[in-house]
Amino acid sequence: MASTAYAEQSKTEAVTAHVLWMTTGLSCEGDSVAMTSATNPSLEDIILQAIPGMPKVIVHNQVIDYAVGQEYAQAWFDAEAGKLDPFVLCIEGSLGNEEINGDGHWTGFAVNPSNGQPITMNEWMDRLAPKAAAVVAIGTCATYGGIPAMKNNPTGAMGVPDYLGWSWKSKAGLPVICIPGCPAQPDNMTEVLLYLALHLAGLAPAPELDEALRPKWLFGRTVRESCNRAGFAEQGDFATEYGSDHRCLIKLGCKGPVVKCNVPVRGWVNGIGGCPNVGGICMACTMPGFPDKFMPFMDEDKYGAMAANVIKFSYGPIVRYFRMRNIRREYDVEPEWRRRSSTLSSGYAKRW
Amino acid sequence: MAVTTANKVMVKEMSWDPITRIVGSLGIHTEIDFSNRQVLKCYSTSMIFRGFDIFMKGIDPRDAHFITSRICGICGDNHCTCSCLNQNMAYGVKPPKLGDLAFNLAETADYIFDHAIYNDCMANVDFCEQMVKETNPSLLAKAEQTAAPGRDIHGHKTIADIMRALNPFTGEFYLETLHVARYTREMYCLFGGRHTHPSTIMPGGCSADITHQTCTDYYVRLMRYFDYVKRSVPMHDDLYDFFLQELPGYDMVGYRETNLVNWGSFDDPDYVDYDYRHMTDWGRRRYITPGVAIGGELISTDLVEINLMIRILLGSSYFDGWQNEPTFVTHDPLGNPVDKNHPWNKVTLPRPQKRDFTDKYTWVVSPRMFDKRTGAHVCCDTGGGPFARQWCTAKAGVVDFGYAKATGHSIQMVLPRSPKLPEMELEWQVPEKSNAIERDRARTYHQAYSALIALHNLERAIKEVQAGRTKSWNSFKVPEDAVSVGFHEAARGVLSHHMVIREGKIANYQPYPPTPWNASPRDVYGTPGPYEDAVQNTPLFEENGPDNFKGIDIMRAVRSFDPCLPCGVHMYTGTGRVRKVTHTPTAMA
Repeated sequence: MASTAYAEQSKTEAVTAHVLWMTTGLSCEGDSVAMTSATNPSLEDIILQAIPGMPKVIVHNQVIDYAVGQEYAQAWFDAEAGKLDPFVLCIEGSLGNEEINGDGHWTGFAVNPSNGQPITMNEWMDRLAPKAAAVVAIGTCATYGGIPAMKNNPTGAMGVPDYLGWSWKSKAGLPVICIPGCPAQPDNMTEVLLYLALHLAGLAPAPELDEALRPKWLFGRTVRESCNRAGFAEQGDFATEYGSDHRCLIKLGCKGPVVKCNVPVRGWVNGIGGCPNVGGICMACTMPGFPDKFMPFMDEDKYGAMAANVIKFSYGPIVRYFRMRNIRREYDVEPEWRRRSSTLSSGYAKRW
Repeated sequence: MAVTTANKVMVKEMSWDPITRIVGSLGIHTEIDFSNRQVLKCYSTSMIFRGFDIFMKGIDPRDAHFITSRICGICGDNHCTCSCLNQNMAYGVKPPKLGDLAFNLAETADYIFDHAIYNDCMANVDFCEQMVKETNPSLLAKAEQTAAPGRDIHGHKTIADIMRALNPFTGEFYLETLHVARYTREMYCLFGGRHTHPSTIMPGGCSADITHQTCTDYYVRLMRYFDYVKRSVPMHDDLYDFFLQELPGYDMVGYRETNLVNWGSFDDPDYVDYDYRHMTDWGRRRYITPGVAIGGELISTDLVEINLMIRILLGSSYFDGWQNEPTFVTHDPLGNPVDKNHPWNKVTLPRPQKRDFTDKYTWVVSPRMFDKRTGAHVCCDTGGGPFARQWCTAKAGVVDFGYAKATGHSIQMVLPRSPKLPEMELEWQVPEKSNAIERDRARTYHQAYSALIALHNLERAIKEVQAGRTKSWNSFKVPEDAVSVGFHEAARGVLSHHMVIREGKIANYQPYPPTPWNASPRDVYGTPGPYEDAVQNTPLFEENGPDNFKGIDIMRAVRSFDPCLPCGVHMYTGTGRVRKVTHTPTAMA
C-alpha cells in the first residue's frame, strides 16, 4: 500500500541527524572540496532530503557553513553535551601525535576558553567519539595516515583507526567506517553518508566493511578489475610512453593490479575523468600502504612487472594476433547477402 | 601612519575561530575599538603543520608533483602543475606543444571552477540577503528599492533580488554555481584526470588521452560557461557598486597599500623552453604577465629578478632559524648571488609551542619581497589571486591574443557568442585601491579572462589534434645534480616550488603557495602580514553593537583574499575582554 509506505517515510523523515565534518586533521581539505562535486547524491540532495524516507541531515562543514567562529563551533560543544543525537563524526586529515610536542600543537579546532589555546583534534576525538553514532574517516589521511604519515614525517601522523583502535566500536555498534582516496572519490563519500543516514533511521542494515574497514560494495574490486585498459594487458600490449597511447600503463608505473578502488568504473565527476582509464597511472592513493610502499610512483611495480613480462612474452601476443586476424577476416566483414542485386539471397523464401 | 591620540577608548578583544567558508584553518584575533568603530590590532593564526619540506627530503624527484599536490585540497592541481614546470627545468625537458596546451587547458578550467565556487558559494554569502538582514538591515531595505542596472542581462530586478540569489542552498545563483562548479571540474578532468589531485599531469607533459572527443567535450562545456559568466559579471558589478555607493568609505574595508605579487601563468608553447637562463623572456610571454608591484608601481615583470627578491622571514612563527645550517645554493644558474633567506636555502625546523599573540602565534612563516632600491622587506599580497594577476597583466600591457588585450590600464575582453547569449565586450579597469570589494570584483572578471585564455588555447590544441600531432609527452632523465624552480599561479595567487637535487634525490624542496604570503604574521621587523594589515585598516559599517557583533566587515576583508589554510577564530560575543587603552590607530593614512 502506497499510503502505508508514505506514513513510514514520514516517520523517518522527521528524524534529524547531524554530520559533524571536521577538516582540521592534518588535511588539505581536498575531500570536502571534492565532495562538492558529487552528484550521486549531490550535497544539496542530502541537505534538501532528495531521497524518500531519508532523515533530515544537517551538515556542519567548515568549507560551506554559513555560521562563523564560536557560532559555528557550538555544534561540537553541543554534541559533547549530548544535545545532538544522533550525530556522525567525520574526520578529514590524519591525527598527529600530540604527545611529542610539549606545549605546542600539530592541529587544532576551536579554542579552549580556559587557557586560550587551540583544542587539538585528538582531544576532540576523545571527547566526541564515545558519543557518536558513527565515526567516519574520510580520505586516506584520516583512514590510514596517508601523505602526512610518510617516512621521516615530524608529526607522528596516523589514521583514525590507529588512534581509536582497529576493533573500536561506536555506541551504535559500528566500527570506524573508512572511505579512503586522495581525495576520496566524490560520490563514494556522499553515497556512504546517505547510506549511514538511512541506516540510522532504521531503513538499511549496517554497511558491510572489509578488513581495512572499507565499504565492500565500493572497494571490493581492484583498479585492474575495473579498468578499461585491462583488455590491452590481457593481450600483453603495454604503453611505452605517457600520453595518448591508450594501452595498459603497467610498465609506466600504474599500480592498478594491487589497488582496491572503483575510480576506473565510476569515473571522477559525473563519470568523466579518472586515473588509468584516462591515461594517468594509478598511484595507489586508496591503500593503507600509500604512499611509501608505492614510491617511486613512475617506476613499475615489481609484481606487476613480472606478470606483465610473462604475458608480454607468452600468450599475450598469440591472443592478440588471432583476435586481430579474426576481426580482420571475419567480424569486420558483412555477411555476403547484403548487396545490390536483382535477387534476394538472405535465405528468405520469397512468396510474391 | 601612527597618529597618537590621548583619548581613552573602550576596546574589546574578539576572535573568530574557526573562519568558515574558506579552505583550511584560519584564526583571526582582533582588538576592536567600538567607540571609534575601528580595528586596532589583528593577528592571523594557523594551527596546522604537516611538514612537506621535511618528509620530501631524500625521495625521488619524480614523486614531487604527486606529493606536493596534497599540500592543498582546492588548488592541489596548481601545485602538481608547478612541480611539473619545476621538474621540466631540472630535467631539461620540453613537452610537445600539445602537452603545454593541455597544462593550460587543465589550469584554466581550474581557475574558472575555483573562482566561481569560492566567490558565489563562500565569499559572497557575506553579501547574501540573510547576512545583510542580520548585519545591515537598513541597507537591505535600500536594496529592495534599488533597481539593478544590469537586470536585462542577468535577470534580477533589484539589488535585493541579487542578494536573495546568493542565499545558501535556496538562492538561485548559489545553486547554479554549485552546478557550474561540477561541469567545470569535468573540464579539468578531461586533461588532468581528476580534481583536485591530478592523475595525468606529469613532468615531460600530459599523459591524458587527448583525442577529438577530449577537445569536443571541453568545448561544449566551455561555451556553456560563457553563458554563465556573461550574467555573472554584470550581476556582481551591480552588487559591489551598490555597496560602494550606499556606504561611503566602504572602499577602505580590507584596504592595504598596493603591494602585489604574481608569478604569471599559462606558458606559450612557442616560446617556453623551461630553461632558467631564458626565464625572463618566456615568463613575459605568459598569458598572465608576472609582476611585482610596490606602492602602486609595477617594478618588475622579470621572473629571474622576481625570483631573487624572495625572502622567507620568521618573527612570529613556530620555527627556528636556519642561519647555522648548510647553504644549498650560493648562485643561480645565471651566476647571480642567492640570499640565505631565499627558499633554495631554507631549512624547515619546527618548534611546536604554546600560542602567544605577543610572541609566536602561528605555523605560517613570513615571506617578503626584498626591494634593493630601499633595502626594505616589503609585505606583498596576491589580492586573492585574480586582483594581482589582472593588475600586473593590465599594467604590463603585453598580452594580446585576440579575445583579450592588456592596455596599460585595463584588460579588454571580447566574449564570443555562446549558446544563449550574443557576443559581449568587457573591460576590467585597474582600480585605484586594493580593497575587499575590488578583490571580489577582480575574481568575477577573472572567470571571464580565464575562460578566454582557455578558448584560445583550445583552438590551438584542436589544430594540433587535427594535424595528427597527438603526442603530448616527452621522455627525460633525472640528473645527478640540479637547481630548479617552478613559477605558477595557484587560483589564490603566487606559487613557487624551489628544488635542489643532489645524487639524484631531493636535497631540498620548498613549496610556497599564496597563503603564506597573505596569512603571514608579523615578521622579524614587526611588519604585519596582509590579512593583519588589511583588517587593521578596516572601518566598521555593521549596524550591530558589541553584544551581537558579527564582524561582517572583517570577514569580508579576510575572505576577499580567498584564504586557504587551516586556522581558527573564536568569538567572545558580548563577553570579550574589555580593556582601557590609550589608542594608536595604525595605517589609516
